[in-house]
Amino acid sequence: MRTIGYIIQKEFIQIFRDRFMPKIIFLVPLLQLLILSYTATFEIKQTRIVILDNDHSVESRKLISLFQGSRFFSCSLDVEGMEVAERLINTRKVHQVLVIPHGFERTMINREPVTIQLITDAVDGSAGALRSAYAQSIVQRYSLDINTRVTGLDIKPPLVATWSFWYNPELHYTTFMVPGILVLLVTIIGLFLTGINLVREKEMGTIEQINVTPIRKIQFIAGKLIPFWIIGLIELTFGLILAHFFFDVPILGNPAIIYLVAAIYLVLIMGIGLIISTVSDTQQQSMFISWFFLVLFILMSGLFTPAESMPAWAQIFNRINPIAYFIQVIRLVMLKGSGLADVSHQVISLSIYAVASIVIAVRRYRKTS
Amino acid sequence: MQANQTKIIIVENLVKKFGSFIANDNLTFDVAKGEIFGFLGANGAGKTTAMKILCGLSHPSSGRVTVAGYDIYSQTEKIKRSIGYMSQKFSLYEDLTVYENFRFYGGIYGLSRSMILDQTQRLLSRLGMSDYKDRVIKTLPLGWKQKLAFSVAIIHKPAIVFLDEPTGGVDPVTRRQFWDLIYENAHEGLTVFITTHYMDEAEYCNRLSIMVDGRIKALDTPSALKERFSCNSMQEVFIRLARN
Repeated sequence: MRTIGYIIQKEFIQIFRDRFMPKIIFLVPLLQLLILSYTATFEIKQTRIVILDNDHSVESRKLISLFQGSRFFSCSLDVEGMEVAERLINTRKVHQVLVIPHGFERTMINREPVTIQLITDAVDGSAGALRSAYAQSIVQRYSLDINTRVTGLDIKPPLVATWSFWYNPELHYTTFMVPGILVLLVTIIGLFLTGINLVREKEMGTIEQINVTPIRKIQFIAGKLIPFWIIGLIELTFGLILAHFFFDVPILGNPAIIYLVAAIYLVLIMGIGLIISTVSDTQQQSMFISWFFLVLFILMSGLFTPAESMPAWAQIFNRINPIAYFIQVIRLVMLKGSGLADVSHQVISLSIYAVASIVIAVRRYRKTS
Repeated sequence: MQANQTKIIIVENLVKKFGSFIANDNLTFDVAKGEIFGFLGANGAGKTTAMKILCGLSHPSSGRVTVAGYDIYSQTEKIKRSIGYMSQKFSLYEDLTVYENFRFYGGIYGLSRSMILDQTQRLLSRLGMSDYKDRVIKTLPLGWKQKLAFSVAIIHKPAIVFLDEPTGGVDPVTRRQFWDLIYENAHEGLTVFITTHYMDEAEYCNRLSIMVDGRIKALDTPSALKERFSCNSMQEVFIRLARN
């Protein structure tokens, strides 16, 4: 036990004496939380739309004014002709083009159907679909309105759904993102720092000096992991405070559950970091391998895109994706107020993986080659 | 002086293979307690490989080895308590102070707090470096680091210390001081097992073994070797054997 204490002491001295480490540990996550939470958003705040009005009628202006009134759109009306509009969309200067045909008003008053053309830049598929849906809802609104005015009948659509959004009533994107980003912070500490740390001893040659001592493998690994485990939990605390008081993300459930899961998760992810460090000879190699797994785990975890809409094989993969489990738990506990029983499946899975990863790490680390 | 003393390292038919490459080919030798044993050989002759096996950093392919009375296969951890090791890289933590390095290594060898303090004080005063206790290692000159690395390697009072080319890259004066340090400790009963490329240092050893291509070509006292090969210096003996 005392032996482990000496390693922990040494690690902390080295971490805080380093010029970059304290910054990496405390500043980088803060920036990441602030920047990612605000920018990694699916909300489309501004759509630049060109409206080609070939009718110049009262009705066409009414439709245009609906677009102008929406905070989602900024309209350009002075574009001359389709060719110019196409060039604008090609050069990504505008997102959408709406073409109102000649005879728009007359045809409608004659109670005949009219077609208007809506072109959307869909290079970014999900943004394109959202923009198109926003524009269509405006056209829909106008369409109901003109119907009423032309027929004189107050036509109500036959089916109306009432709706409410549970757990995130105002659809705040930050509410959804911030818990996930907290997971990333903890992961980066666990995976990268522990991986690099052990490889650094290899690079410096100090690992040999350690390997000629009678220290037990488990003591050495525990001494190496405990400092980053503590730092990871401090960082989580830091992130939770920021999330709650700065981003107004609710913490409905018991924070103790988040800590319990984080504590297990950190052991698991640090074990993976150590396994990576046992197969790497340089810090670059260790970084590269860690990065590979991090990106894979993040993209498949459901942080940015719902895991439920991934193909079946990806969902099976997510059963071994530790990030997916922790993201599920932290979202459930923070946003839904889930209790320990609700997340027991994730807790058990993470615990099994944690034990497995440490056992593999200890076995893979060899004092004698 | 060696035959009648206790043998602290006994190596019989030691073989180490890396695939089909034989790094150590049937080495047989022994080292007496308190002896300064020089382990010479050209680059790639297999010195470091053999030394790593004796330190428990590497497994032998076959052969019988005992170090400090313990078997290399079954009592590796006991061996580790009895030996110190200083590699070519002087494995001190560059970002820690002198004292923090002593404390860390003393700590993982399981020394008590007071023992660590005593040893640090004793070893530093012997080096005349007591005032530099709180200096960060990377601010110290190479020759100092080398002496400190040696002191760290013997902080737990081992019976044997293994020194792998400890004097690489330091000036002749500092090398001379380093050898004074080795002598002082050997005088107190420490067994020193050292590899080196400097033939003037070879002359300082009680006995020498010269390795060529994984085999021990000669093993005797420096003067006996010079006589046998009718050379004036170890330099000539070495070149003669290595060229062969």
